[in-house]
Amino acid sequence: MNIQSTFELDKIDQRIIAATQEGLPLVSKPYETVAKMLGLPNDLVIERLEAMLQSGAIRRIGVVPNHYKLGFTANGMSVWDVDNELVDELGDTIGALEYVSHCYRRPRHLPLWPYNMFAMVHGRTRIEVEEKIEAIAKILGPASRQHNVLYSTKILKKTGVRLCGRSKD
Amino acid sequence: MTDINLDKLDRAIINALQGGFPLTDRPFAEVASWLNIEESELLERIEKMLADKVLSRFGPMYNTDRLGGAVTLAAMSVPPGQFDQVSQVVNSHREVAHNYARNHEFNMWFVIAGDNRKIIDQVISAIEKETGMPVYDFPKQKEYFIGLRFEA
Repeated sequence: MNIQSTFELDKIDQRIIAATQEGLPLVSKPYETVAKMLGLPNDLVIERLEAMLQSGAIRRIGVVPNHYKLGFTANGMSVWDVDNELVDELGDTIGALEYVSHCYRRPRHLPLWPYNMFAMVHGRTRIEVEEKIEAIAKILGPASRQHNVLYSTKILKKTGVRLCGRSKD
Repeated sequence: MTDINLDKLDRAIINALQGGFPLTDRPFAEVASWLNIEESELLERIEKMLADKVLSRFGPMYNTDRLGGAVTLAAMSVPPGQFDQVSQVVNSHREVAHNYARNHEFNMWFVIAGDNRKIIDQVISAIEKETGMPVYDFPKQKEYFIGLRFEA
């Protein structure tokens, strides 16, 4: 059940991923530092990162702000029952909203779970999140038959998802 | 919880660095020049914000679930009296990366990550066997991710 294709990554890419998935070194020439660490030419490291950015294996290079510390303490997992014919087009619109961090199509589990689109909505307050969900409802219009929002009440576990070298250590 | 003081420059750095970090020999010098500051000041600021946990990381954001590994979101409907016990069982699996309690009949939501889909299926079966409760699997079918751009 391979839903999404995977990228063609060779050993060199995997070594670069393993060396940078925790972050880039905070030095003047970070790629050179990574290259030295791996015994690779500078240009090759930059070239490979560029290629992975192009292919989508890297989404972007930059900072990940801790939204809690920035005051975005409220977030809701909004879930929508969207017409199958329209969900992909509308999903792109909703995903592009600046207050939506992730937007996915996922399977329904009828009759318990009629929702097929998930959008994580962030705000400074619960009220702000609810306003944004109303705005999404307006955009979706009658294409969404029903929706719901699930707030997290407790973090039960939070560890990172490690990629390379996970099964080999 | 949010009593972190960020000045104008910190905010400008966060807003400037949410993507598009240059792939050049001296990328920090380039970004510093956009912001009209010294390279050393930019490096110090990023280091401090990482230490203060204003930033959770800095570097390439890999597309986790498409690098040969597999990820799914799973949910369970757990009776309140058994919640802690089930939570312990779920969390004991190293493939479970995050687990949140949520206000819905499906009150436990967790992410399972493994090297391949088979491992995820095994974890789901194991949790179902250990708890005697069904695990609902919500694998991504399509991603509309654009990325959160906070106005810091």
